[in-house]
Amino acid sequence: MTQAAIRTDVPEQMITMTGVGKWYGAFQALHNVDITVNRGEKIVLCGPSGSGKSTLIRCINHLEAYQEGQIHVGGMLLGHQAKTIDAVRREVGMVFQQFNLFPHLTVLQNCMLAPVKALGLSKAEAEERARQLLERVKISEQAEKYPAQLSGGQQQRVAIARALCMRPQVMLFDEPTSALDPEMVKEVLDTMIALAEEGMTMICVTHEMGFARQVADRVIFMASGAIVEEAPPAEFFSNPQHERTRKFLGEILGRH
Amino acid sequence: MNYTLDFTPVIDGLPDLLTACLGTFTLAICGMLLATVIGIGGVVLRQSPIKALRWLVIGFVEIIRNTPFLVQIFFIYFALPLAGIRLDPTPTAIIALGINGGAYAIEIIRGGVQSISKGQMEAGLALGLHKAQVFRLIILKPALRAIYPSLTSQFVLLTLSTSIASAISAYELTSVSQRIESDSFRSFEVYFTVTAFYLVISWVMMRIFAFFSARYFAYPVK
Repeated sequence: MTQAAIRTDVPEQMITMTGVGKWYGAFQALHNVDITVNRGEKIVLCGPSGSGKSTLIRCINHLEAYQEGQIHVGGMLLGHQAKTIDAVRREVGMVFQQFNLFPHLTVLQNCMLAPVKALGLSKAEAEERARQLLERVKISEQAEKYPAQLSGGQQQRVAIARALCMRPQVMLFDEPTSALDPEMVKEVLDTMIALAEEGMTMICVTHEMGFARQVADRVIFMASGAIVEEAPPAEFFSNPQHERTRKFLGEILGRH
Repeated sequence: MNYTLDFTPVIDGLPDLLTACLGTFTLAICGMLLATVIGIGGVVLRQSPIKALRWLVIGFVEIIRNTPFLVQIFFIYFALPLAGIRLDPTPTAIIALGINGGAYAIEIIRGGVQSISKGQMEAGLALGLHKAQVFRLIILKPALRAIYPSLTSQFVLLTLSTSIASAISAYELTSVSQRIESDSFRSFEVYFTVTAFYLVISWVMMRIFAFFSARYFAYPVK
């Protein structure tokens, strides 16, 4: 595999969140969240539904505004100025639960749109980059098809390639396999594992604990909008410190 | 009742009637283009962060949709000269058709935009595109596709409303047929023929809409 998507011109501390708080009206969705993610680290974020894990990663590219604390991404303070927000978004790739491919564009066009319109690449450059990354997620033969003609697993791999076409410093995954049929989960996880092995900085919200064991440097467990526990996977699974973590692991691992 | 059909005045007037059909087409096509521009522009302003602009659009839509088209034509025809703008009947009719059709198009297109999942907007923003780019490049086409049947049936209605422009004697089918009718008193023959012409015009319009749909909205959806 090529190293094309991995960048080295970036600070050691890729993301720092300090004392981040977020409210929806009167409801506090995030409480005093502190996280540091170093270059090349893979973080798995888990927790019961409604625990704020999706909200947390959506704050990192400002799809959600936060009201308290600070978030730095790639050395930039993510405030509320449109300019910084755009700059941060160009450095942060995101993969969604529902894939969110653009239905009116072919796979190739999906991958070329933002590099051309947001980065100012020429069409030829963008196409070369797109084809290279589609090759990497093993879907290059589908480049001329439309999203609706692909399976869920294929769509999600295209979505990963589309995000990588921006050459991001960090990738956010928001439950990337939750909307997939079981037989398609593996192809997407394999793609993510390959990406992790190349050294991409990743934050993944997922319930795939096998994935967490295999690739995560740290597992962060959240409940009720706060971080409860944070540990390397071996420690996290064998010796969880908090009752809520034990209960969650009992439920999620018991099912599998 | 002893009425003998006589189509002679209609046949004599056929060249006039056929050119008048072109007039009707011109009014309809220009009106639709203007209505589409107003429709899309209105939707953009309707989402503006500036409250006054949003209310301007809402007010415009409410006024236009709750007043008769004939009155709107008269208003534009007789009000614009007071503002120093003197337009011929045909441009006036196009403006009136565009404004009227545009008000309906705003509501229809807005429904289409609202039907697009929030995830599409988020995916575009997450890729570093600006809001305006996301609207133009990602939202607009699927939104138009979603409401294309409603929009085109509104546009067929717009095509037929061109006949109302006969009230300010714009050059179109109804005003020309009225002239032939008042010269010949062959009311039945004239309006029978004109009815058939309008049917053909509507049918041609629908073929044009279908052509555009096949050309621009051909991508598959689940």
